[in-house]
Amino acid sequence: MSKRLFALLAALIVASMLLTACGGAQFECDDAIGCVDIAPDEPIHIAYMLTISGATAFLGQDSRGAIEIAIDDRGGELLGHPISLTGEDTLCSAEGGQTAATKVAADPTILGIIGTNCSSEATAAMPTISAAGLVMLSPSNTAPALTLEGETWQPGYFRICHTDLFQGSVAAEFAYNELGSRTAATIHDGSPYADQLQQVFAGRFQELGGTITFQGAVNVGDTDMRTVLTSVAADSPDILYYPIFEPEGPFITAQASEIGGLEGTTLMGADGLLSDSFPENAGPNVVGMYLSGPYVSGAAYDDFLAKWAAKFGGVPPSGFHAFAYDGTNILLNAIEQVAIVDDDGTVHVGRQALRDAITGTTNYTGLTGRLDCSDNDYSAFGIDNPSHGDCATGEALAIFEITQAELDGNWPPPVVYTP
Amino acid sequence: MLKRYFQNISWVDVFLRVFQIAALIVITIGIYNTVTTGRYTSAQWATLVFAGLAQGSVYALIALGYTLVYGILLMINFAHGEVYMAGAFTGVFLAQYLSNIGFLDSNPFLGVTALILLAGTVSTLIAVLLERIAYRPLRGAPRLVPLITAIGASFALQYTFRGLYGAEFRAYPAVKALSGLVNVFGFNVPLVQLVVLAAAVVFMVALYLFVERTKMGKAMRAVSEDKDVARLMGIDIDKVIVTTFAIGGALAGVAGVFNGLFRPQGVYFFMGFFPGLKAFTAAVLGGIGNLPGAMIGGLLLGVFESLFPNLILEGLGIPSANQLRDAFAFTMLVLILIFRPQGIFGERLAEKKA
Repeated sequence: MSKRLFALLAALIVASMLLTACGGAQFECDDAIGCVDIAPDEPIHIAYMLTISGATAFLGQDSRGAIEIAIDDRGGELLGHPISLTGEDTLCSAEGGQTAATKVAADPTILGIIGTNCSSEATAAMPTISAAGLVMLSPSNTAPALTLEGETWQPGYFRICHTDLFQGSVAAEFAYNELGSRTAATIHDGSPYADQLQQVFAGRFQELGGTITFQGAVNVGDTDMRTVLTSVAADSPDILYYPIFEPEGPFITAQASEIGGLEGTTLMGADGLLSDSFPENAGPNVVGMYLSGPYVSGAAYDDFLAKWAAKFGGVPPSGFHAFAYDGTNILLNAIEQVAIVDDDGTVHVGRQALRDAITGTTNYTGLTGRLDCSDNDYSAFGIDNPSHGDCATGEALAIFEITQAELDGNWPPPVVYTP
Repeated sequence: MLKRYFQNISWVDVFLRVFQIAALIVITIGIYNTVTTGRYTSAQWATLVFAGLAQGSVYALIALGYTLVYGILLMINFAHGEVYMAGAFTGVFLAQYLSNIGFLDSNPFLGVTALILLAGTVSTLIAVLLERIAYRPLRGAPRLVPLITAIGASFALQYTFRGLYGAEFRAYPAVKALSGLVNVFGFNVPLVQLVVLAAAVVFMVALYLFVERTKMGKAMRAVSEDKDVARLMGIDIDKVIVTTFAIGGALAGVAGVFNGLFRPQGVYFFMGFFPGLKAFTAAVLGGIGNLPGAMIGGLLLGVFESLFPNLILEGLGIPSANQLRDAFAFTMLVLILIFRPQGIFGERLAEKKA
């Protein structure tokens, strides 16, 4: 009986193969995690997952504008299909990232995602995104763990901006070598971004020969920072590094002026505070503060800024737009590369093939310098885990100094150091 | 005599007594350890105390709103934090405008007065509307009902203001006239903290005199004693209740401006939630329904949470003590309620009121 059934099945399979062969142009998806088929009248669908409302909206609006410009640059079309961009608000929280991921993963027409802005969003979103076979390219997640296998890395995740392994090290080298700081204190807010960044900073600072006097944390939502600042002030460190967000960052900046023992302490933050609203919110004590963050220059970038001014007016509100622009181009290039186009204009994209194509992007020159999305080795930072999906090569980073001009409304602040 | 004493005490009493003693020992050890290590200078302690007093006066002004309403309606108005947010959030726009045209620097007194008037008016309006729409229709309902309504009203207000003014963080501009340092007992204290403390005390004394010396104040006290008898005596209960909400709202709006003066950052739609919770704690700490209690409770809570994480928790070797500040503030509440269940100034409530 079972033999007969087997024979029948075998016959059916052979028949179906023959049928396919007879069909000629009929596409057969052999991708390990499935394909997306785009009919001639359908658009090529990509999505963004960015924080476009609330306190960190400057990050999301910065990235979204750049994605739109990247699409405009191709005339809004790819392979003869219009490019459709939809998006979800991720609210810079783990919950927001999870909710957005669930919605995006439920839409089978989406090929890839540009997002997220905050590392906490990506940490929560990636299991869902990865299981759905999608790719996600982040313009501003900087937490190191996101690209480390065995930590929170998931297949399909790529990062266009620098990992904080670079940012924290650059900040520590600037503090030790340029400012001559020998003692440092750090404050984080419990988010994966801030905690990992201050760890990298502290590690590198000690490696250089400096002393860490205090490593503390505040709660998101705290308003009174005098308690923690008094703990910092007990040792009067040369530099206080707090890579956190608004409004806790402005609270620390403003209240640090009141605490005895911090008069000689230099204040330093990171790209989470690199926003045009930060100097005004923090008040007069912000003058002389340093921020680490992305730095892009060159003729292509000036061209981009001109497009931004023409489309939206003004300058981008944060520093990650160039990564979003490069990320969108890498994604669209990869789609173009792996797409199989039928005679009638139908496009087929294999999801695993798309992932492999992005990983294979090893020498792409974008606004932010050379990008290489192949695997990395971070053993120089004392990390043994294999790393996947980091596209940045450590270029495009700088230290900014906030001066009186920024308090009066100038943006962005002048660059005082590049590695 | 002794035998009778032992017969009257229960296991709960014994447990509470042991707990009290243990708490005292732990606190003493913590303070002793911190003080003997000499990690902080006296100037740093002074900074914490004065910052705590300024913060506490903001709590106290908000707490008065809770305690006034509780005294009269025996109801916790949990939307009161949002009344505070409404004033502070509206005031920030006028403050930024006045700062941009330079008025806040040329006429600081008039400028701050204008801020107080605007924030006070907005908060008063919100508080009166809240009473009219959310609480008055439910006045005869069981006590749980207005409590749930208050939580709903709280969310409604938060998201109304989010829609009106946006979700971004805003900051009050620095007032140059208030930015100096003043020497108090040899310690340099920011002038703005002293001004906030003094002005808050003026408002509290004014309220106390209003309640004790005016006809309306007398009516308020009468309604708080017994609503039905007060009505029989010809007192317009609705008017008294609306006045109570209006005064509480005005004080919350004033608190919003003071908060913006001494700690300008972080003005947004959710800013009322935690201060509201803390002020409620302060009101309970002082003895809810008692005006001087709310004032002292607010000031004490401000100083406790500013000073004690470094003073007690660090001495006990607890890491990142400052993150436990909120937990510690509420632990202090529990401790004080164990020692004095009616609060510091509270009277033991009669059966009917409790």
